[in-house]
Amino acid sequence: MSGFFQQVVLGLGSGAIYASLALALVLIYRFTDIVNFAQGELAMFSTYIAWQLTAAGVPFWLALPITLAVSFLGGVLIERLVIRPFEGGPELTVVIVTVGLFVFVNALAGLIWSFLVKSVPSPFPDGALDVGGVNISLQTLGTLGVVAAVMGLLFLLFQKTKIGLAMRAVANDPASARLVGIRVGRVLALGWGLSATVGAISGILVAPVLFLDPNLMGGVLVYAFAAATLGGFDSPVGAVVGGLIVGVAETLSGAYVDAIGSDLKIGVPLAIIVVVLLVRPRGLFGHAVVERV
Amino acid sequence: MNKVHTRTVRGLAVAAAGLLAVTTACSQRGEGQGGTAESGPCQGQQTTGITDTSMKLGGIYPLSGPASAYGEIPKGVKAYFDYLNAEKGGLKGRKVEFIVRDDSYSPPKAVEEARRLVEQEQVFALFQTLGTPSTTATWDYTNQQKVPQVFVATGASKWGADKNHPWTIGWQPNYVSEARVYAKYLQEEKPGSTVAVLYQNDDFGKDLLDGFEKAIEGKDVKIIARQSYEVTDPSVQAQMRNLANSKADVFLNITTPKFGSQALAADDAITSWNPLHIVNNVAAAMSVLRPVGLKKVQGKLSSTYYKDPVDPQWADDPEMKLYKEKLAKYAPQADPEDQYHAFGWAVADSFAKAFAQAKCPTREGLRDAVRSMNNVKINMLLPGVTMQTGPDDGFPIESMQMMEFEGERWKRFGDVIDTRKEFGPLT
Repeated sequence: MSGFFQQVVLGLGSGAIYASLALALVLIYRFTDIVNFAQGELAMFSTYIAWQLTAAGVPFWLALPITLAVSFLGGVLIERLVIRPFEGGPELTVVIVTVGLFVFVNALAGLIWSFLVKSVPSPFPDGALDVGGVNISLQTLGTLGVVAAVMGLLFLLFQKTKIGLAMRAVANDPASARLVGIRVGRVLALGWGLSATVGAISGILVAPVLFLDPNLMGGVLVYAFAAATLGGFDSPVGAVVGGLIVGVAETLSGAYVDAIGSDLKIGVPLAIIVVVLLVRPRGLFGHAVVERV
Repeated sequence: MNKVHTRTVRGLAVAAAGLLAVTTACSQRGEGQGGTAESGPCQGQQTTGITDTSMKLGGIYPLSGPASAYGEIPKGVKAYFDYLNAEKGGLKGRKVEFIVRDDSYSPPKAVEEARRLVEQEQVFALFQTLGTPSTTATWDYTNQQKVPQVFVATGASKWGADKNHPWTIGWQPNYVSEARVYAKYLQEEKPGSTVAVLYQNDDFGKDLLDGFEKAIEGKDVKIIARQSYEVTDPSVQAQMRNLANSKADVFLNITTPKFGSQALAADDAITSWNPLHIVNNVAAAMSVLRPVGLKKVQGKLSSTYYKDPVDPQWADDPEMKLYKEKLAKYAPQADPEDQYHAFGWAVADSFAKAFAQAKCPTREGLRDAVRSMNNVKINMLLPGVTMQTGPDDGFPIESMQMMEFEGERWKRFGDVIDTRKEFGPLT
């Protein structure tokens, strides 16, 4: 039985990784109403910044805030320079631009830092807790803790602040928001900046486990999309719950369903996306889109 | 409106006519390109890209993209040819021009570059394409064109055993040979042991795993757990945990660099399972071990076949000294301690030695020469590792030596294992 729980813990570990990136996806969706395919690559790029700082001798706890600040500014800049020209155009255009950004950022990181694997220091100590024969690594516990904290902060931001209100107004109807005096451009830039920051946290959390190279987030992004779809693309709580469910489902089906094994594990998130979209398109915690006609 | 329309039609017609003219011109030139030897014993053989004073070779490597670490190899190759040209009068009096193209490890791009090298640059031969996917994508083309594609930089076993592609040949020990070395080691040193395998679910991983399974058939070594991963998987942690449950005595790690690092780190983190860890040659590079932390990879096993430039044992070795001196002279930016430069140097030396014994300075001559190498010694290969090929044997190097990681580097141990002698020829 402890074997089973061990698999569940492993699943929660991967789930926390997926959830951390899913949070950034949810955040940008709430702010700008688009799905950002480049989110994972931006997170990867931020992680390289953190790596570069620590490799140059900056202590980790100083490198962290610098990285987050640089990521925020980077996100704002991308919104101003790359996304702004397409503002007000069809959503699909912006989504395609993010796909282009995905390819570009990946190639740029390869150009600057090469494709050799780098190791990123972990903010958490090595080692593991042994609970009734089940091994829980401190890395997993730490990641879960940070993901929960980010989730809580986002929830507060969305529900309890004026920015959250402005943001919801902009995502809902930019024209009306502008008419009531909201600076739409600033809100969008803030959305890109904040989601880049949350992405940076995600990258720094996962890189010690996955090892840093320019394809750090390529695989994670698919699972993060599944997590956000399952939980509801507009809900931070949903993103985390969705991430954990996807992680556990994937690990358990890989371990116990012979027909799936480790070959078809990647199919599990796809199956989840399809089923959720068919049965409950808004996700477990998402809100149905209501439009007055 | 109507006028515009007519004009467009006329324009199109002119363009089409022009295109037709260009195509005809091209095809005419295409027919004319295949120069042949006019007299002597080599009469009728192709002499494209080669004269009495020059030879043009083309190589395709991933200079950009995910596998660009291998982009260092052509620097070693080029340094070797530059050294030959400047100090040895070239290859049998021919100055070697080595043209390097980038395919970003993408098979369609490799095909495009192969066509450019053969049709536009009119190279004598393709000297190295890198990677199993890119080589697989190009070998039908090179063999249709009857262009030698020699010493491809991939360990897949299909280059050697295939009868339909006589113009293509590998170089480094193939994955099956490598698997045989591990099988022999386990059978002798760990009889009765059980093995857990992690492998990449593609040509590379399956080639090595199949080779290992065949090599332990009927022997006292048994695989009790196997897990695969896709290159798109974020991590191999779950697979490692499943393998740990098997409690196998030996862990065979068949991965590419990033996943190699992950598996090494995971093995260290799982304290309840401490198998003898064998990591395949592809993931045994220092650039894989260093990110994990050298403390965590002590005692790991692997195998090798050429001299490691950082190994102090070779400090006074004449071949190593020549390599370091000439690389510093002809490729000053290249780090001589990088093993990929040494690899490029050794494979270029193999080409020089193969061509030196070619009966005809023609494409056919090269094709036959690389398949008739009898125990040829190559610079920078380990003592006891030589090149051996035959008309039906397209596997130049099939000997390797085991090594163990100790302190800050790999230490070789035991004898060089000639898998051909131990297991018979590959088919």
